[in-house]
Amino acid sequence: MTSPILEMKNITKEFPGVKALNNVSFKVAQGEIHCLVGENGAGKSTLMKVLSGVYPHGTYTGDILYNGQAQQFRGIADSDKAGLAIIYQELALVPEMSVYENIFLGNEIRNGFLVNWNETIKRASEMLKKVGLTVNPATKVKDLSVGKQQLIEIAKALSRDVKLLILDEPTAALNEVESDNLLALLRGLRDHGVTCILISHKLREVFAIADSVTVLRDGQTIITLDAKKGEVSEAAIIKHMVGREIENIYPRREKIPPGEIVLEVKGWTAFDTLLGRDVLKDVRFNVRKGEIVGFAGLMGSGRTELAHSIFGNPDGYHLKGELAIKGRKAVFGLPEDAIRAGIAYVSEDRKGDGLILSQDVKQNISIANLRELASRGVVNANAEIKIANQYKGSLNIKTPSVEQKVVNLSGGNQQKVSLAKWLFVKPNVLILDEPTRGIDVGAKFEIYTLMTELVKQGMSIMLISSELPEVLGMSDRVYVVAAGRIAGELPISEATQERVMQLATN
Amino acid sequence: MFFQNLQKTLRQNIREYGMYIALFVIMLIFTITTEGVFISSRNLSNLLNQTGYIAVLAVGMTLVIVIRHIDLSVGFLAGFLGAIAAVALVQWNLPVFVVIPLVLVLGAIAGLITALPVAQLGIPSFVASLAGWLIYRGLLLLVTEGTGTIIIPDATFNALGNSYIPDLPEMAFLPGVHKITLLLGLIGIVFFILGQVNDRKQKQAYNFEILPMDLFILKLVFVSAIVGAITWVLSGYNGLSWTVVIVLIVLAIYHFITTQTVLGRHIYAVGGNPEAAELSGINVKRIIYVVFGSMGMLSALSGILFTARLQSATTTAGTLFELDAIAAAYVGGVSAAGGVGKVIGSIIGALVMLSLTSGMNLMGIGIAYQYVVRGLVLVAAVIFDVTTRGKGR
Repeated sequence: MTSPILEMKNITKEFPGVKALNNVSFKVAQGEIHCLVGENGAGKSTLMKVLSGVYPHGTYTGDILYNGQAQQFRGIADSDKAGLAIIYQELALVPEMSVYENIFLGNEIRNGFLVNWNETIKRASEMLKKVGLTVNPATKVKDLSVGKQQLIEIAKALSRDVKLLILDEPTAALNEVESDNLLALLRGLRDHGVTCILISHKLREVFAIADSVTVLRDGQTIITLDAKKGEVSEAAIIKHMVGREIENIYPRREKIPPGEIVLEVKGWTAFDTLLGRDVLKDVRFNVRKGEIVGFAGLMGSGRTELAHSIFGNPDGYHLKGELAIKGRKAVFGLPEDAIRAGIAYVSEDRKGDGLILSQDVKQNISIANLRELASRGVVNANAEIKIANQYKGSLNIKTPSVEQKVVNLSGGNQQKVSLAKWLFVKPNVLILDEPTRGIDVGAKFEIYTLMTELVKQGMSIMLISSELPEVLGMSDRVYVVAAGRIAGELPISEATQERVMQLATN
Repeated sequence: MFFQNLQKTLRQNIREYGMYIALFVIMLIFTITTEGVFISSRNLSNLLNQTGYIAVLAVGMTLVIVIRHIDLSVGFLAGFLGAIAAVALVQWNLPVFVVIPLVLVLGAIAGLITALPVAQLGIPSFVASLAGWLIYRGLLLLVTEGTGTIIIPDATFNALGNSYIPDLPEMAFLPGVHKITLLLGLIGIVFFILGQVNDRKQKQAYNFEILPMDLFILKLVFVSAIVGAITWVLSGYNGLSWTVVIVLIVLAIYHFITTQTVLGRHIYAVGGNPEAAELSGINVKRIIYVVFGSMGMLSALSGILFTARLQSATTTAGTLFELDAIAAAYVGGVSAAGGVGKVIGSIIGALVMLSLTSGMNLMGIGIAYQYVVRGLVLVAAVIFDVTTRGKGR
């Protein structure tokens, strides 16, 4: 192994209540492509944020050695100066600006107080040639495809004389041809001496390009594999990624024979007008009465989009295909219609689009079903408090009173309020999108127990989760979603973490 | 124990009580500096009448700001519709009881038109209503251009802005006092107490948290005293004006809608988090139409009150009303972040702003300083709002 360009030693980073990184060590050799893999929440992005100074020196413990020297980055500007560049999944380009303006944004070529635009355009053209992109530098970035925008980001990094390039899931939004082009470019950069750290969920890609692979799991380094020694294989990576026992927090339940089909979707395609591409392609699945159906897949695979598209399509996708509730064709123009048809959707983003944080617990619980509490449009405030108190009791929501504002509750209790709101709607099909994200184990267990209760009473649950053990521990049946398609359907007896990962990453 | 409870309740509701305290302090200061002229029956009566046409706008604006929008067109819309009312009365010779509903309906339609691009295309309401501001200003000029100021001879119509409710014939008992006003005030107090007692009983039946008895009585006495004092002062001049009666009715209706109905809840949910509201099955577009439609209707009402007060339609009617209404709403505790604000608060806000004008006029302070002081009060109110947010509940 040549001398390491980067060495991160014993990095520990804590957030309130969570150890995101626990004594992580990570070494990258000069001039290699080093892949960083792990499940969602394993700590990959946090590690890269520590490295690039987004989490400044002092907010973590441990040492960063770069070119053999200890570094104390206080912000992105510091790491930038040292020749580090990080490219995020969400691109940091200004869509309304031209390609050349974007490439030199924040690093303008000056002529005294003025920007030297001629020199800028000339240098930008050179950078574009380096990344193999043939576009007019005066084109606005918003008029380029995502793949080309990605290349602009790399050109921007190259313009700053980057030595270590970090890419966070660069191919997540790219098609196959674009991905292959990008990988070829990275190989070319490596041959010109640029070291590269690549975070990716696509193991096929990792296998194709990596010189070495480091696996993170639960905020810890598990192993570093060397490709030259033949250690890198898909099977080996998956084994290390998921190699944890399923903790016994999933309540046992009696298997009941599945009932009639309550929700069925066929040939379901959704076109996102903002992204300009299909986010769902020819999706087909069904949900039976009294069943928990798991939807596994990686982030960005289209599971939330699927839930939204069924739940009255609030994002305004162009939909094609058929949706049937209890065998009858249904068309929902708004979430309102879906709720009337007996569907409820507990959002993955409680703070973003799940709860109204400025309102209190009782108002959040009642909002989706106020009509039940009202006569002739007038809400019975006392009945509302009573209902809220019932759910406070049955879901064990920890709050001094139902008149407490939701913003003051902990994540787990907020999630319970969100659940209570949708249970009050009394749905037939309950869609849970990441129901346990960011909440502690105790609250998780309570939510699992509640799910078990609900299906016993005849409700059907669609469980969307990025936590594989959760999907496998709770579901009767699992669909694996990848790139907007159903990559496979597995009965729970055949669903192993390895099998699901294989389907999800191909 | 009593003072601890009082302190706790005050602290929990500091946002809500803040503007009442502010209004009280401002009135007190002006009463002292004008040696009692400010609090005289005549001045207070005038003050309330002047507040009327801004107050109804502020009520509508409250809801617009609550759903995170703004409507700049309301001032000239009020002016324009006031002129339409004048034309309808004078040139078309329509009777008053036709003209008023007609103008209110026109106002609601104008509001819906402003809402159309906002709801359907997502155009910022600032832009859509700025276009309305220009358009209605033009239309107002168009209507009044030929004739100049249109004088309205109709006494019934003008009464809305100038006259007072009738009284019993003069008698020996309480000479010079407007007895019907006094009676209405008394009835109001009785209804308030009965309602509060009833509410408390219901809450007890459900085993809910209630104010301690001593605080409850304090609240009843306090509110009754204020209502009583205002009625007493007003009944010493001409009694309740029709303007004040109309504002009270609008306030009662909107207070009821916002606090008691499903529609009100939906409006505040859309303001609190539009995405969550939509996912909760609320038709966000419909709410935008309803709120802007109501704003348009209240603009029409404001135009009617203002035109009636001047007994004529002028070419500049409605100038800057929108900014006064917006200021009143912010001073009254409406949050720029959306989802928070009460219609009563905005009325108080309007009173605060008008009290400042009236008080400073009485003190002989120049108009230049008046603008500066009102600006400072507006900023202070919003700073208070931001810094107390999240405290209490």
